[in-house]
Amino acid sequence: MTTRKLEILVGAFVALAIAALLLLAMKVANTGVTGSDQSYKLYAKFDNIGGLKVRSPVKVGGVVVGRVASIQLDPEAFQPVVTLEINSSYSNFPETSSLSILTSGLLGEQYIGLQPGFVDENVEILADGDYIEDTKAAIVLEELIGQFLFNRGNQ
Amino acid sequence: MGNTVAEPLVNIQNLIFRRGERVIYDDMSMQFSRGKVTAIMGPSGIGKTTLLRLIGGQLKPDSGHIWFDGVDIPALGRNDLYQARKKMSMLFQSGALFSDMSVFDNVAFPIREHTKLPEEIIRMMVLMKLEAVGLRGARDLMPGELSGGMARRAALARAIALDPQLIMYDEPFAGQDPISMGVIVRLIRSLNDALGLTSIVVSHDVGEVMSIADYVYVVAERRVIGHGTPQQLREHDSPLVQQFLQGLADGPVPFHFKAADYAGELMELKD
Amino acid sequence: MLDKLQQLGAATIASVQGFGRAALMVFGALWGRPRFVKAWPLYIKQFYVVGVLSLLIIVVSGLFIGMVLALQGYTVLSKFGAEQMLGPLVALSLLRELGPVVTALLFAGRAGSALTAEIGLMKATEQLSGMEMMAVDPLRRVIAPRFWAGVVCMPLLALIFNAVGILGGHLVGVDWLGVDAGGYWSAMQANVDLQEDVLNGVIKSMVFAFLVTVIALHKGFDAVPTSEGISQATTQTVVTASLAVLGFDFVLTAVMFGG
Repeated sequence: MTTRKLEILVGAFVALAIAALLLLAMKVANTGVTGSDQSYKLYAKFDNIGGLKVRSPVKVGGVVVGRVASIQLDPEAFQPVVTLEINSSYSNFPETSSLSILTSGLLGEQYIGLQPGFVDENVEILADGDYIEDTKAAIVLEELIGQFLFNRGNQ
Repeated sequence: MGNTVAEPLVNIQNLIFRRGERVIYDDMSMQFSRGKVTAIMGPSGIGKTTLLRLIGGQLKPDSGHIWFDGVDIPALGRNDLYQARKKMSMLFQSGALFSDMSVFDNVAFPIREHTKLPEEIIRMMVLMKLEAVGLRGARDLMPGELSGGMARRAALARAIALDPQLIMYDEPFAGQDPISMGVIVRLIRSLNDALGLTSIVVSHDVGEVMSIADYVYVVAERRVIGHGTPQQLREHDSPLVQQFLQGLADGPVPFHFKAADYAGELMELKD
Repeated sequence: MLDKLQQLGAATIASVQGFGRAALMVFGALWGRPRFVKAWPLYIKQFYVVGVLSLLIIVVSGLFIGMVLALQGYTVLSKFGAEQMLGPLVALSLLRELGPVVTALLFAGRAGSALTAEIGLMKATEQLSGMEMMAVDPLRRVIAPRFWAGVVCMPLLALIFNAVGILGGHLVGVDWLGVDAGGYWSAMQANVDLQEDVLNGVIKSMVFAFLVTVIALHKGFDAVPTSEGISQATTQTVVTASLAVLGFDFVLTAVMFGG
C-alpha cells in the first residue's frame, strides 16, 4: 500500500546518501596512506624544520610514502625531532638514506623528501624506531637572502 | 434502589488541587456509582475539565485520593497508570481525532495499539463501534471532512473501542445544533445501558444533563454545593443551586463584578 | 537596576527549565525498548517527511553553493596562478563548514519548523492528551519517530549536499572555466583527508542534527496551545536552532581544526 511506496522512496534516499558517501570517500578524500596498523615509525633530528607541520607528506621521488606523525623538541640538544609514519609496503629503505625538507613550488607547503641511500653488505635496512642520521635542514628564505647580500658585500 | 450495594467505580476523597496560588478544589469528595450516568455541573471556569484530567491521572492533586476500580490514581507509577487508563476513556470537547488518519483508522487506533488481533477482527470491531454511533458509512472520510457533531460521534466510537469501564465526557453538548445534541444525548444514555458503562458527564447544559443523568453534582466555589438525583436537585433549597438550574442572571452569583457603589462612582465625576 | 537583574534571573531560570523539559522529553521518548517492529510504518513515514521531502531544497542549494564557491574561488586563485587548488578549496569548504552548517540551517527552516507546527497543533487540538488517555505515550508514539528521523536524516542530507556541491564546483570550474579535470580531482584527493575532513564534517552534522531536532520537537511539545503560541513556537524553532547551530559550529571547529 502507501507504506510500500514510502519505503521505496526512503530506500532511494538512503541509497543516494550512501552513493554520496562513497563519492566523498573514494573520489574526494585520500583514504589515508597511514593506517596505524600498517605503518612503522622512523625518527629524525633536524637543525631547522622551517614550516613543516604534522601530517606533512613524506615523499620519495614525488611519491607519498608516509606522513609526519609528530614534531617535538629534544630537551637537551634543542633540536627538533620529527616522527615519520611510513607505510609498511615501503619497508626496505637502507640506513644510509637521507632526509631533506623541501618546498613544493615557490609558495607551496613543505614536505620531507626521502633520498634512498646505497646498499651493501654492511648497511642495514631501516626498521621501526630507527633514527635517520643524515638530514638536511629546511631552507629559510631570510637566511638565504642574508647570505646572498653578505657575499655581495664581500666582493 | 439499593445504590449502596456495590462500591462506586470512582471515589474522590478530600481532593485538594491548586494551580499556582489559586485553589481550584478545596476538600472535595464525590462518588460515581457503577453503571450510572453521573453529571457534574457548574458555572464556567471552575475547572470541570481539570477534574476529568485528575481522574485520568494527567494531573496530580495536592492531596486527597482518587480511587478508580480499587487503585488510587495519584499514587500510581507510570506503568500502573497506563494499565488503569486502558480501563477508562475520555471524550474531549474537540473530539481530538487524529487529523492524519481516516475515521476507520482513528477508531482502530486503540485496538491496534493495545492488542495483537488480526486485521479482520479489528475491522469487525471497528465497524460495530461505528455502527453504534451511526457513522459506518463515513469510515473512509478524514476528520477534516466531518461536521462538528459527526467528529464528536466518531471520537465517541473511538472512546468505546476497547470497551472501557468508565467513559468521561467533557462538555459533549457544547456548540452542537439541536439535532446532533439530541443524537449525543441518546447515545450517551444508550451506550451506558447497552455496554454496562459508567459515565461521567461534565457540562453546563442544564436541560440535557437533567434529562439523562442518574445523579448530579453541582460544583461551584471550589466544592460541591449540591448533589442528588435530578428530582432531588430541583427541590434543593440552596439558592445557589436554584440560580444555576434556572439560569437566573442575578442571585448568590451576582450579575455585577465586584465594584464600588454605583451611585457613588457616578457622582465622583462632578468633583 | 534591580528590575533588570530580576529580568536576567527570570530569563535564566526560564531557559534552564526549558533545557530540563527538553531533556525530560528526549529521555521519555527514548527510554525503554523501542518498538521498531510495531512502529515501523510510523518511522518510515517520518523518514519520508523529514528526509525525502527535504531532498529537493538540499540538492538545489548544494548545487548552487558548489557552483558559487568555484566561481568565487577561481577569481582569487587565478590571480596567484593556483587554479589547480580549486578542487581542494571547494571540497574543504563544503566538507568542513558549509555542508554541515547550511544543511542544518535549511533543515531547521524546512523540516524543523514543520515538526514544531505539527506537534504544536496536535497539542492544541488535544490529540496528544487524547493519546495519553488512551494509554498511548505520546512521547514514544509521536516524539520518538520524529526524533530518530531527524537525527538520522540530517547527516545523510549533509552528505548528499557535499557530494552535489563538489559536482557543482566541477560543473563551473572544469566545464565552464576550464580547470583541468584531472587536476580538480587529484588535487582534491591530495588535500582532503577522509578522517580529518570527511569524518569530522559528518560528526558536526550529527551534532547539528541532534540540536535542531530536539529544539524543534521541544518547542512544539512545549508550545502554548493557541494559534499565536504555535506561530511563536515555529519562529522560535528556526531562530533558536540556527543560533545553536552557528554557536556549536564555532566550538566544534575550534576543537576539530583549531589546534
